[in-house]
Amino acid sequence: MTAALRFDPIRLPPKCEELRREVRAFLAEEIARGTFDPYQPNREDTDAPEFSRRVGERGWIGMTWPKKYGGHERTFLERYVVTEEMRVANAPTRRFFVADRQSGPVLLKYAPEHVKMDILPRICRGEVCFAIGMSEPNSGSDLFAAKTRATKTDGGYLINGTKIWTSSAHIADYMIAIFRTSPPTKENRRHGLTQFLVKMKQPGIQVNPIGQITGQFEFNEVVFTDYFVPDDHVLGEIDGAWKQATSELAFERSGPERFLETYYVLTELVRAVGPTPDTRSAEGIGRLVAQLHTMRRMSVSVAGMLQAGKEPVVEASIVKDMGTVWEQQLPHRVRDLAAFVEENASNRETLENQLSFAIKTAPKLTIQGGTTEVLRGIIARGLGLR
Amino acid sequence: MPESDNIVVETAERIFADLADPQEVNRDNKGDWKAPLWKALSEAGLPLAWVGEDCGGSGASLADGFGVLAAAGRFAVAVPLAETMLAGWLLSQAKIPSPDGEMTVAPASPKDRITQNADGTLSGRARAVPFAKSARHIAVLATGTNGCSIALVEAVACRIEAGLNLGGDHSDAVTFDRVQPLVIKSAPKGFDQTSLMLMGGVTRSLQIAGALESLLDISVKYSNERVAFEKKISKFQAVQHNLARLAGESAAAQAAATSAADTLANAKAWDDAMFLEAVSAKIRCSEAAEKGGAIAHQVHGAIGFTIEHILHRYSLRALSWRDDFGSESYWAVELGKRIAARGADELWPLVASR
Repeated sequence: MTAALRFDPIRLPPKCEELRREVRAFLAEEIARGTFDPYQPNREDTDAPEFSRRVGERGWIGMTWPKKYGGHERTFLERYVVTEEMRVANAPTRRFFVADRQSGPVLLKYAPEHVKMDILPRICRGEVCFAIGMSEPNSGSDLFAAKTRATKTDGGYLINGTKIWTSSAHIADYMIAIFRTSPPTKENRRHGLTQFLVKMKQPGIQVNPIGQITGQFEFNEVVFTDYFVPDDHVLGEIDGAWKQATSELAFERSGPERFLETYYVLTELVRAVGPTPDTRSAEGIGRLVAQLHTMRRMSVSVAGMLQAGKEPVVEASIVKDMGTVWEQQLPHRVRDLAAFVEENASNRETLENQLSFAIKTAPKLTIQGGTTEVLRGIIARGLGLR
Repeated sequence: MPESDNIVVETAERIFADLADPQEVNRDNKGDWKAPLWKALSEAGLPLAWVGEDCGGSGASLADGFGVLAAAGRFAVAVPLAETMLAGWLLSQAKIPSPDGEMTVAPASPKDRITQNADGTLSGRARAVPFAKSARHIAVLATGTNGCSIALVEAVACRIEAGLNLGGDHSDAVTFDRVQPLVIKSAPKGFDQTSLMLMGGVTRSLQIAGALESLLDISVKYSNERVAFEKKISKFQAVQHNLARLAGESAAAQAAATSAADTLANAKAWDDAMFLEAVSAKIRCSEAAEKGGAIAHQVHGAIGFTIEHILHRYSLRALSWRDDFGSESYWAVELGKRIAARGADELWPLVASR
């Protein structure tokens, strides 16, 4: 057999259930105090700095990181529980989520010690927000076409160019970005890009908001003009960012946020059809729940592999490919099934508002963080086709 | 489920590789391969893997048996191994010893009922009972006025109308006309026809997942050999993306089936969590059989549509297994009803409990 794909039936250990109860109780408190409305995923302002700090106080940011950097040395499976409970509740995690998932682990691996000691504890306290500077106006999925230049100068680099579609750049304190330090070589077109830590809210950086089709302003254009980055903010190998990118993808691609983005419409559909649904509604809900359960079992399985120190890049890409396609289709399937829901269903207005937002959100789900096409290319490579 | 380091599964795989090679089975239109295969499986104690030694079996764990079934799916095994295992398991629930030879179970659909009459005889009709025609005995789940019973019946005591499933394997209608069972005992408390259907459904899910794994392997291999437009077809992005989707369907089937098998192997009760796991596996594996099988055929083109090619041994059986022990449509309705009855706010806690 050539296929080595493996999705073992990993279970969350019992101590995770205690943690889950704590997270649910905390979220219930936050809802009660008016921090957010779980039925309204379409908030205009998704930034919630005070909430972030309280999540940090609970020890739920940087959960898996070493204690010396403010982390809590807990498992990926415990982190998984916190992430999925926050996502299902529609909690406003924007301010800390990217740092927790991606930026912190990059710093842990590549930043100098004093930078780690400075920034990681603040991430864990929920005080700082990170953005990711990858795409440029002429470089999206084709990451290695990036042109924004980092030119060597005394004690650091001068940055000139533009990043785009940068989520949270308008509120971010830092960005981890790739800039061009050398031209690509004939042998290796991926050569010449370097990863940098960028301090935001400084002269030389201009953040221009870009409106989205949902009505929100979550991503931005970020223009750098002779912006200075010191030498100790280089992350990893000069010209070698391409070697650093792939191992992080498994962490980024397989979490519960990759299939739960529009989950709320399924809950409201179940509410709308009531306790004794007709056959059509029952079948539709049954299939969606079976698909959801399967996605989650795949995703937990990958989390278990990560905990065991493996790098399941192909399995993680499969989870993201299937999960994002599923969450993209979900609002449309729910709309189909809701077509004959009684006019007087108690939550009809909530469901309609949610559907409207979820349907507008759906197109981005298979684009952000690696398109379906890129993911299928990675899977094909894993199968030995490329 | 990839090859196991488990001794029971390894034994099964060795026997399948030696005596159930799909290519040779496909060439043998007289069915001469069947007897040696069954003999080897029996000598290894596999058909009665789930029967305790006190009841005439080899006493393997549920988990080991599930591993054997996934392996059987990877070879598209077309003898009543899964059915005999299931029958032995059913009889064991009532501590009824298993006889030697091929067995099957009835009913094989949640919609059919076999009833126990006041005089202890059985009546009713079970449709699409797999391999009934070649079984010597049938393990029956009967419903009576005092709850469920489990019975061992001689196949010759029933009227059997032969039929074939999509894969060309026997799938027969069995009529019980006041049939006197050899043994009949009460089912344990909490065990009913749904329990049998869930166990049967997980069995079929593992077989489908195994078949999909082979469909992926065969398709990847073929795409790396076949040349068209002056290059291997594996180099075309459209083909790559189709195969990536097939890998996803195979992965989903594997995850759903092994998760459900793990749940059954460690279960303490036939509760909602078990129901979610078992029926989700059947629903999702059935969907994967349709989507994945279609891609495997698409990659192969016309050659995969020929009777000489082994592809159909996997693709048609996977499609056919969807129908046994409740189709995906049936279980989706049942699952949807349970979810609705529990209420919207109890959906996530149920999913998260797994």
